[in-house]
Amino acid sequence: MTQEEKKNLAVTACKVRMGVIEATHGAKSGHPGGSLSAADLFTYLYFKQLRIDPKNPRWDDRDRFVLSKGHTAPGLYSALALRGFFPTADLPTLRHIGSYLQGHPNMNMTPGVDMSTGSLGQGISTAAGMALAARVRGKDYHTYALLGDGEIQEGQVWEAFMFSAHYKLDNLTIFIDNNNLQIDGQVCDVMSPYPIDEKLAAFGFHIINIDGHDLDAIAAAIDEALATKGKPTAIIMKTVKGKGVSFMENKAGWHGKAPNDEEYETAMQELRAQLAELEAK
Amino acid sequence: MADVKKIATRESYGNALVELGKEHENLVVLDADLAEATKTIIFRKAFPERHFDCGIAEANMIDVAAGMSTAGLVPFASTFAMFAAGRAFEQVRNTLGYPHSNVKIGATHGGISVGEDGASHQCCEDFALMRTIPGMVVMSPSDDIEAKAAVRAAYEYVGPVYIRFGRLAVPVINDNPGYHFEMGRGVTLREGKDITIIATGLMVAEALSAAETLAAEGIDVRVVNIHTIKPLDTELVVKAAKETGLIITAEEHNIIGGLGEAVCSCVAEHCPVRVRRVGVNDEFGHSGPGADLLKQFGLSAEHLVEVVREELKK
Repeated sequence: MTQEEKKNLAVTACKVRMGVIEATHGAKSGHPGGSLSAADLFTYLYFKQLRIDPKNPRWDDRDRFVLSKGHTAPGLYSALALRGFFPTADLPTLRHIGSYLQGHPNMNMTPGVDMSTGSLGQGISTAAGMALAARVRGKDYHTYALLGDGEIQEGQVWEAFMFSAHYKLDNLTIFIDNNNLQIDGQVCDVMSPYPIDEKLAAFGFHIINIDGHDLDAIAAAIDEALATKGKPTAIIMKTVKGKGVSFMENKAGWHGKAPNDEEYETAMQELRAQLAELEAK
Repeated sequence: MADVKKIATRESYGNALVELGKEHENLVVLDADLAEATKTIIFRKAFPERHFDCGIAEANMIDVAAGMSTAGLVPFASTFAMFAAGRAFEQVRNTLGYPHSNVKIGATHGGISVGEDGASHQCCEDFALMRTIPGMVVMSPSDDIEAKAAVRAAYEYVGPVYIRFGRLAVPVINDNPGYHFEMGRGVTLREGKDITIIATGLMVAEALSAAETLAAEGIDVRVVNIHTIKPLDTELVVKAAKETGLIITAEEHNIIGGLGEAVCSCVAEHCPVRVRRVGVNDEFGHSGPGADLLKQFGLSAEHLVEVVREELKK
């Protein structure tokens, strides 16, 4: 990745965050915290990594992305809109009656969404199915899935992990957004899934631990995942919930709450300042 | 009917998968450590590269199937009815039903005729659970011929389908040259004007046998086979209500939520007549030979004969 590319991605990540704030403010509900913690990943995937065509969202040979932690739809929608799948102006219609931007992703309503998700623990299984289907059909697309660290408390996730390793799905890469916060508090206090990396390694995954806000680290980890043969890869991303908006950072309360008008102004001011700084670099 | 050919519809399922597998390369089969019992092992032997055992993890299996379906494959996900409709209900609802995934559920060992395994494995709730999911097709074939036709129809239909198959060998009743299967269309197997028995699954053969016994008494029983519980053939049900008045439903399922209640809803809206539901009377089964349990729970021609006599006296 060149410096120029990296700068552009950082600028885009900031715009993705602004889209999250626009969408949740427009919806008066939704999940900004986990959308912001995964914003850098959404950006890297949709603007650098994925083999996709916004003009042909159902392209048979496209790479797949499954948002297993479906409640962070605002982050995904924001990235999809900026990438050209639909107008960014529609983001504030999130969760409104008649909008194609449902509270949780709907693959039949929103261009670019590869799987309907929302009920935690299910997306990862569908991603494993997509990866297995690629093998059956002799396709070379890669499947990515993003899970929350709270989400992996769901038992089905471990069924899917077992399955992915058993079938040696090296065309599947999963990300765990490890912001350590869920609705009821810190993940480690509510129901600790730690050590995530050792558990996933024991389940047969190739493990990479990274800082989920470091674009270079994300790039290197994905390159390593694609080069890993015979097993799926799990990239465990240490992240900050609410990243980029000071009053939302590391606050469980911002898991599923929208900013009011005043909070919206403050958040957008902060993000605009960050954007100006990034663009000036 | 001693010399009538009998075959379990789960066997028909395995055989039908092989036939379809020869015709369609995009058909894949998933199982959850029950391939020997669900008979998908027949498919596995023919097409090992298209059969995927998911281990004892039904929730994952259903969603894996959904993922595969988005890439142009047509997965048949197979396990016992209890685990397909019961354990994995939420996966079926959210990831097959809601996105209208092109996945077929082959649910074997439905009803109490599962037998010796006992109540934990005797699913009498699957019609109820599956019927409530928008867009879900629910089928319950009556014999080998119909089961194979249902599997083919499920493949040809684009969207989620639930098909219940049985463990017990049941008589082949549809081996006539005029047999034609259409998803969502019931079949009048016997005309009659006094009363109609609307049956599904293995109760269709029992209904036919009951009708024969009653004919000797001068009672003219119509027998309607409803192989597709959803979408229900409301036209045929309403016709029976209009022409024979009284209706008896017969199913190997709880009388709550299944074919009986589907028929009740239909006639209540379109042509109110009395409906008597024959099925499992809101209770759990228990261990025993399947055929004996069916008799004990009143899922037999003999019981249907008694019910018809009783209802006609009222």
